[in-house]
Amino acid sequence: MHFQHSDDRRMLSETLGRYLGQRYPIEARHQIAESQRGWSPEQWAALSELGVVGALFDERVGGFGGAGFDIAIIFEQLGRALVVEPLLGTLMAGRALALAGGSDDVLARVIAGNCILALAHEEPQSRYDLWDVQCRAVPEGAGWRLRGSKALVCQIEAADHILVSARITGEAGDAAGIGLFLVAAGTPGASVRSYPLVDGGRGGDFTLEDVKATLITENGASLIEEAAAAGIVALSWEAVGIMDVLKRDTLEYLRTRKQFGAPIGKFQALQHRMATAALEIEQARSAGINAAAALDSARAERERSVSAAKFTIGRVGTLVAEEAIQLHGGIGMTWELPLSHYAKRLIMIGHQLGDEDHHLERFIALGEAA
Amino acid sequence: MDLSFSAEEEAFRAEVRRFLRDRLPARIAEKVRTGKRLTKADHEEWHAILNARGWLAANWPRALGGTGWTVAQSYIFEVEAALAHAPRIVPFGVSMLGPVLIKYGSEAQKAHWLPRILSGADWWCQGYSEPGAGSDLASLKCTAIRVNDANGDHYIVNGQKTWTTLGQYADMIFCLVRTSTEGKRQEGISFLLIDMRSPGVSVRPIILLDGEHEVNEIFFTDVRVPAGNLVGEENRGWDCAKYLLSHERTNIAGVGASMAALARLKQIANAQRKGGKPLAQDPHFAARLAKVEIDLENMKTTNLRVLAGGEESPVPLELGAMLKIRGTEIRQEITSLTRRALGPYAQPFISEALDEGGSHLAVGPAYAAPVATDYFNNRKLSIYGGSNEVQREIITKALLEL
Repeated sequence: MHFQHSDDRRMLSETLGRYLGQRYPIEARHQIAESQRGWSPEQWAALSELGVVGALFDERVGGFGGAGFDIAIIFEQLGRALVVEPLLGTLMAGRALALAGGSDDVLARVIAGNCILALAHEEPQSRYDLWDVQCRAVPEGAGWRLRGSKALVCQIEAADHILVSARITGEAGDAAGIGLFLVAAGTPGASVRSYPLVDGGRGGDFTLEDVKATLITENGASLIEEAAAAGIVALSWEAVGIMDVLKRDTLEYLRTRKQFGAPIGKFQALQHRMATAALEIEQARSAGINAAAALDSARAERERSVSAAKFTIGRVGTLVAEEAIQLHGGIGMTWELPLSHYAKRLIMIGHQLGDEDHHLERFIALGEAA
Repeated sequence: MDLSFSAEEEAFRAEVRRFLRDRLPARIAEKVRTGKRLTKADHEEWHAILNARGWLAANWPRALGGTGWTVAQSYIFEVEAALAHAPRIVPFGVSMLGPVLIKYGSEAQKAHWLPRILSGADWWCQGYSEPGAGSDLASLKCTAIRVNDANGDHYIVNGQKTWTTLGQYADMIFCLVRTSTEGKRQEGISFLLIDMRSPGVSVRPIILLDGEHEVNEIFFTDVRVPAGNLVGEENRGWDCAKYLLSHERTNIAGVGASMAALARLKQIANAQRKGGKPLAQDPHFAARLAKVEIDLENMKTTNLRVLAGGEESPVPLELGAMLKIRGTEIRQEITSLTRRALGPYAQPFISEALDEGGSHLAVGPAYAAPVATDYFNNRKLSIYGGSNEVQREIITKALLEL
């Protein structure tokens, strides 16, 4: 039992942190986030060069990481710098492809930095339910065609390939009968309505009208669940990175802002709120550690740890974002202060891959099933 | 990062389990499991069994009769003992005074008192709080004036201590006393060992809200204490008190106790029915139960992170305070849910049902008898050892460095 990262991971984390500190300062981040693209090909190239993409995948597909703590150290740094680049979609779609096997050529290009992936799974009606898939897949000759709607696909316009879930058999709500298909960007019949997101970067709705697609697997449920688990580990650590920044900035403000003739950190009401937030951040970090450690465990342990982490991150993230704004007072409400953007991203993490209510229910259900 | 225990640690866990199975008296475990009162003799019996195995003093060095365990081993023992329904080790001699003597005591004091703590020859209690010195401990007033006369070098102690846990059993008390009123308040305090059988010592019970005699008031009237019972330097007793706070690293969070209490809560929530179904399946109850379970899972890791933070170095004050706050909040939430789980059967108050063999006197389910009083008793957790509000100030002060 120990809580230090390996030397390799520590080095990558430090390298990435240094790079982002120098090349992804908040001004540059805003410029990228508010640009028409909503991401930066130059940054993507630089990040792949640093090994950030390769660290998300294991050696079997040409990467050099892929464990929970590889994902953790990377997304923690991405959170600290509020990075909007399309890493989450690439991680989740790439993980499903790697687990399915047979897509080594695509993954090799991903790891080389020449290909970006998105996962188009959620649908307008699905509200975090992984099995509520209504998009249909129909065989046609030796291939398949897809028809349906996917919602809120992060950074879909950045993607060269989109991994799409679609129902082959059964009804919405069944885990069985969901296939995974790869669709090349720009395939006829596939259209994207892209839009800016409240926390920066872009998302999009994906409409498929008899789109030609390559079958990856006819039994996608367990891969979708594992991809979501990796995504939740990533989001949890992105949130931890963000919360550490919010804590640092809020402490600095409590030290320096004076009212009634004293630094406001001298006031007990604020001290107690800050102490509670700091305590909760440590509990959230522990939840992230538990989930990262369980990512390669058997399903029952993995999914319970993952839902516990996402519940904790949702609950604590909301508390920390709201308290950071409140303790800053009026200045915390401004667009100009970086803090407000960190707070927005932290809150929106709760809206990706299931909020605290969803994961509390799921944690209970997994316990009853055990 | 590796959350798993090593093969050696797992072997140790197996050894602890074997020991608990073979040596923990079933009679005592059953009393703990069913929330019965433990007598002085029960505590002494378990204390002697642990001492015979050399497993009593987890945080002492082996050369002085301690276990020499790593923090991981201490943690494993804490959890396994709690899950096996062992009584907690009464902490005053073993966990509180022992480390202070080891750090600050003279060779003569160590040679005399440490073996007596292990053997159980002396039952120790703690004399810190006073009626006017609770969270603000440094305001304590109990005086010790040094006198060197025909009867030798000694202190004359006058004043009052309060909230003295199990002081009614004690042979000895370690006290913080005021030896100077000059300078900073903390710099006039000394650490003194006082024989409870000395003339001028009297003990008065305080009955708590659960009806139990757990704590006491202690009065000192011209009590003579040999100067040789001063631990460390005169006026430096505050160092001893602070040392304990930052070096008692295991068990601050009470993870083992909470794990055992949660397991019991789940059993009760599955046995209780609501609308014909187990209460554990009621959505509101299940949500609160799951929330505290997740908080405890997180706390296990937070606790281990603090424990693993270096065997020798002191725990940063803010982390110790976080463990204390959230550890006690979790424990209190579990006792609160257990009380709620009983529904109307939380109300009967049959004191005799808490004595050994008294289960048949309980009204309603047999497990109901101790639940409400246990809930009320555990309100103390967020008050003692520095209230949770004081702990919050410790956290912010350490983080802000204002």
